[in-house]
Amino acid sequence: MTFPLRPLKPIIVKELRQVRRDPTSLGMLLVLPAAIIILVGYALNFDVKHTPMVIFDQDGTPGSRAFLDKFRHTEYFDERYDARSYPEIEELFLRGRAKIAIVVPAEFASRLVAGEEVHVQILVDGADANTAGQAVATATRLTADYATRLVADAFALRGGAFPVPIDFQPRIWYNPDLISSKFLVPGLIGFIIVLTAVISTSLTVVREKERGTMEQLMVSPLRPVEIILGKTIPYLGISLIAASAILVLGYLLFGVEVRGSILFLYGAITMIILGGLGQGLLISTVTDSQQVAFMISVFSSLLPSFLLSGFIFPIATMPVVLQVVSNLAVNKFFLIVVRSVMLKGVSFTAVWQPFASMAAFAAVTLGLSALRMRKRSA
Amino acid sequence: MRASLAVIGEMVRKEFYQIRQDRRMLAVSVVAPFVMVLLLGYAATTDITNSTLAVCDMDRTAASRAFVRNFTNTTYFIGRYAVDDPAALNPLVEEGKANIALVIPDGFSRKQLAGETAQVQVILDGTDANTANILLGYAQQIVASYAQGVTAQYLPLLGAARVGRIVPEPRIWFNPDLLSAYYMVPGVVALVLMIITMTLTSLGIVKEKEIGTLEQLMVTPIRSFELILGKLLPFTVIGFVDVVIVLAIARFWFGVPMVGAVPLVFALSALFILTTLGLGLFISTVARSQQQAMLIAQFFFFMPFLFLSGFAFPIANMPRVIQWVTYIIPLRYFLEIVRGVFLKGSGLAELWAQALALLAIGATILTLSVLRFHKTLE
Repeated sequence: MTFPLRPLKPIIVKELRQVRRDPTSLGMLLVLPAAIIILVGYALNFDVKHTPMVIFDQDGTPGSRAFLDKFRHTEYFDERYDARSYPEIEELFLRGRAKIAIVVPAEFASRLVAGEEVHVQILVDGADANTAGQAVATATRLTADYATRLVADAFALRGGAFPVPIDFQPRIWYNPDLISSKFLVPGLIGFIIVLTAVISTSLTVVREKERGTMEQLMVSPLRPVEIILGKTIPYLGISLIAASAILVLGYLLFGVEVRGSILFLYGAITMIILGGLGQGLLISTVTDSQQVAFMISVFSSLLPSFLLSGFIFPIATMPVVLQVVSNLAVNKFFLIVVRSVMLKGVSFTAVWQPFASMAAFAAVTLGLSALRMRKRSA
Repeated sequence: MRASLAVIGEMVRKEFYQIRQDRRMLAVSVVAPFVMVLLLGYAATTDITNSTLAVCDMDRTAASRAFVRNFTNTTYFIGRYAVDDPAALNPLVEEGKANIALVIPDGFSRKQLAGETAQVQVILDGTDANTANILLGYAQQIVASYAQGVTAQYLPLLGAARVGRIVPEPRIWFNPDLLSAYYMVPGVVALVLMIITMTLTSLGIVKEKEIGTLEQLMVTPIRSFELILGKLLPFTVIGFVDVVIVLAIARFWFGVPMVGAVPLVFALSALFILTTLGLGLFISTVARSQQQAMLIAQFFFFMPFLFLSGFAFPIANMPRVIQWVTYIIPLRYFLEIVRGVFLKGSGLAELWAQALALLAIGATILTLSVLRFHKTLE
């Protein structure tokens, strides 16, 4: 089969003209991705910091206050309330005003000096399991650190030095400061591109079907493959521009740089755009109304690229069945490739498999769409 | 008044007739929530358990082995690899075979006995900043607790000057096993409900605009509020059917505890649906075509709501300005309501503010849309 380029030109021109005639949509396709990246880059991070804290100090001595200062002077917790009873804490938890409570028992300081064991309660609102787990870990660490310090101080008081027994040195690769935007921005490129690509094409064919202009296209000498390509190419251009805007903004505003090859990165971006466009076209060819097409595209692109692709939730922690299902979210492969290229700077050989999966996804969806078109025209 | 009711009744009948005609639409609006909640309920998990640990123990003493056991005895880490050369850890972390690597240098035990500081190194892949952060937190906690244990051994040396032990006692309320599904599934429920109701309304009305049948309705003696009520009521019914479906899945399939009152969830769902229908109507007054409606819905509502409602990213971590923005997001309040009633058994006493906020947003957006609706048709 040959792909003559000449017959493609009129349909590309037609699509472009249609796009131009709706400047609102075109503007949204070009500008909104950039707006979203700014919003998300600034707004979101995973650090569990500033967890609202309530303190219940039953001791009320300088000793207990010195201990509680450990919790007050971190960015992990924000002291919001002083409680005088457990019901008060429960009330604050129920209202969502506080998520962690530190309860220091009576005689905390005096019993410590007497060499006795003191139990400090760390109450946590476990509803948000992620935040709660991390808050408990941090509070436990602060408590242990303080206890270690106490012993060291006691030795120092007697003139003997007692060093902290373990020096813990974390070495974090690729993203040493664990900056969330470095993780999120590459993911966002995929997320936004898939969405815009699916949106922009999922309605195109079905719209022509609804209006009856599809028949006109069908009786023209264009082959289904040519119609599909003609509908794909203009949006490929738009999406490439939007993706470039995200890359530039990600670099300028959030310092997310591309360590690997830019050329390879654009290869991956082109693949995911084609995959998204293919998915949209396929939806468009199998549905009969724009309403259904929209619903299907939201449920097959927005939610899966957000939840199933590893964008936010690690795929490794999902049940096995779902890990298999996640292969249907083309964004998954893009994320692997782009995070590797942007953050790790790996070469093509390291990520050719997910790259090939993207290509296969694009080929299958575009091919199926062309097949569906042919059937209709037959 | 009676005449009005009759008119609305007729409108509702007509709408239901149309909905029944569009079988696919109906199927999508009932089946999609079912599938989505089922699927994404599993996907949206932040439980980090059984992370693979690689150890390079160059000390090879009882003390170093005891130290490693502190890691492997938790549910967070499983010991998967043991290597002799620290360089061998690099490929394991790089290829993602080990989520975290531990290096215990030679002299770990000797230094501790001599009262010196022993170094311990941990290596993490920071590409996934979120997971790395959580793992680092757990590792720090384990090391701090170990250090506290080591110092405690030297307490007898202090003689008369005694220092007591501080024992942290974490207690987790509402979700003692820290299952993230209990937190995320109600979130997915809210998300799916929002998408279905907003899509149905916005596209349903824009479609009539596109085809021109809205003008026909306008020239009839039907008043605009009757028209709108007639349009919205059927979508409300579908929305409620969806509420029942998705809540049932959350409760009976995922076993999310239902501590609070079920009728309260339904009553407050009605308020939430009020806001989503209002927003859908608003979109329909702004958009000129279904494609525009889709773009507006996705970029101005679904995406920001997804990111800023507290669905996956805690609002407490966001910059102050963005936190203010979250106050106008209805999904934020509904998430607090659903999670509160499900997990904490919160009642109206705790949730009245959220209910009031939903009511205010719903009333405002509906009034605004009705006014705009009126104008666009003149």
